[in-house]
Amino acid sequence: MPVSQRLSPAEQLDTLQNSTVPSFVAHLEHSGVEILHAGTTDIVQINVGKLCNQVCKHCHVDAGPDKTDENMNWITFEACLEVIKEVQPSIVDLTGGAPELNPHFRNFVLELRLLGVPEIIDRCNLSVLLLKSQSDLAQFLADQKVHVVASLPAVNEKQTDAQRGDGVFDKSIEGLRRLNALGYGTDETGLQLTLMSNPSGAFLPPPQSSAETRFKALLADRYGIVFNNLIELTNMPVSRFLEYLIQSDNYDSYMAKLSAAFNPAAAAGLMCRNTLSISWDGRLYDCDFNQMLEIPVIPESSRTVFEYQKELLAGRPIAVANHCLGCTAGQGSSCGGATS
Amino acid sequence: MNYYESQDLGAFGSIAEDAPESGKAFFEWYGTVFKDGELSKREKNLIALAVAHTKQCPYCIDAYTSACLESGSSPGEMMESVQVAAAISGGSTLVHAVQMRKQAEKMSM
Repeated sequence: MPVSQRLSPAEQLDTLQNSTVPSFVAHLEHSGVEILHAGTTDIVQINVGKLCNQVCKHCHVDAGPDKTDENMNWITFEACLEVIKEVQPSIVDLTGGAPELNPHFRNFVLELRLLGVPEIIDRCNLSVLLLKSQSDLAQFLADQKVHVVASLPAVNEKQTDAQRGDGVFDKSIEGLRRLNALGYGTDETGLQLTLMSNPSGAFLPPPQSSAETRFKALLADRYGIVFNNLIELTNMPVSRFLEYLIQSDNYDSYMAKLSAAFNPAAAAGLMCRNTLSISWDGRLYDCDFNQMLEIPVIPESSRTVFEYQKELLAGRPIAVANHCLGCTAGQGSSCGGATS
Repeated sequence: MNYYESQDLGAFGSIAEDAPESGKAFFEWYGTVFKDGELSKREKNLIALAVAHTKQCPYCIDAYTSACLESGSSPGEMMESVQVAAAISGGSTLVHAVQMRKQAEKMSM
């Protein structure tokens, strides 16, 4: 879809709210699940910007090499550090775009280490490790013991390249080899390598545990690659993936699939209940998907890192819309994988 | 009304309405067959996809294409499964040529 035909966040939301399936709230009510409220914030997820060296067809961020403006500046990073000092999360989760391409990425990781954040996650597209400008990136991540969560939809070129671009599968394999060479993916080193798989089309992901077993066997047998664990994510009907669904005439059937697969048990583990999501410009959201749909956290007086008020966000009701059906389908889906 | 309308697959359960006891038994048995067992659910879906092609059932092809993708099979595995079905279909035709040859030999000088 040409850029000029891209759906705005408001148009996306309008499309979702006018879907033929019952609303997300109706699903909750029908199942007797209470309206979602936030619990203790344990994860601060920061989307440091939309700059990326890839243009994936399913990307809910609409990231790409042309997104040079929508990236976090150091003033906002510093404000994030102040929020993190107050929240004291177990995990700071850095995503993008390709988060490593933000010029402040490494300084921020070093600051997080100084703060003593127990776990830092880098959501890595793998091909970024092969860029000339990032030749020392893998070593930096290993030195700082950053948990790498790397995208790989399938152990085959066809499905991976169809989703992520021509040649990405081969680059991903090379990226994984470089991480393995530094000790990533083995229990002994403590360098955690998680693979993250999204379906390469309008279908739901396979069961996470059986998929992990299969990925481990195939990657070891074919490429000699090891990793610690696999997480499966459902593609959310947001941004590029929503546009793909509409263009390919899969939108109605995909929403029907999400609705039919609604799992009340998955709602309990939704990431919005323990995550605070921060956008490149410092705005606060309940999750990265709400961020892209520009649905802010409900408390109006605490909607940016510059006006963060812990007490206002504690126990806040979560802002929901029909895209949330993606997180409650089947085994459930979150940035940490299955939720049930 | 047309033959083979794709939305009819969603009404498959209605076949039990006029024969509820056997219909219920069929769907329970069907569900049991596809559970993980000595074969994984993924492997069973690949078998079902192959059989669907030999039966030339468009509902089954749609259903098990989706099921195969959602159980983590690759397009290559799915096509190889259909190739197996095609080979058995072709072979089962050709093996009857032994009968043809025997009969022809019997009837010929």
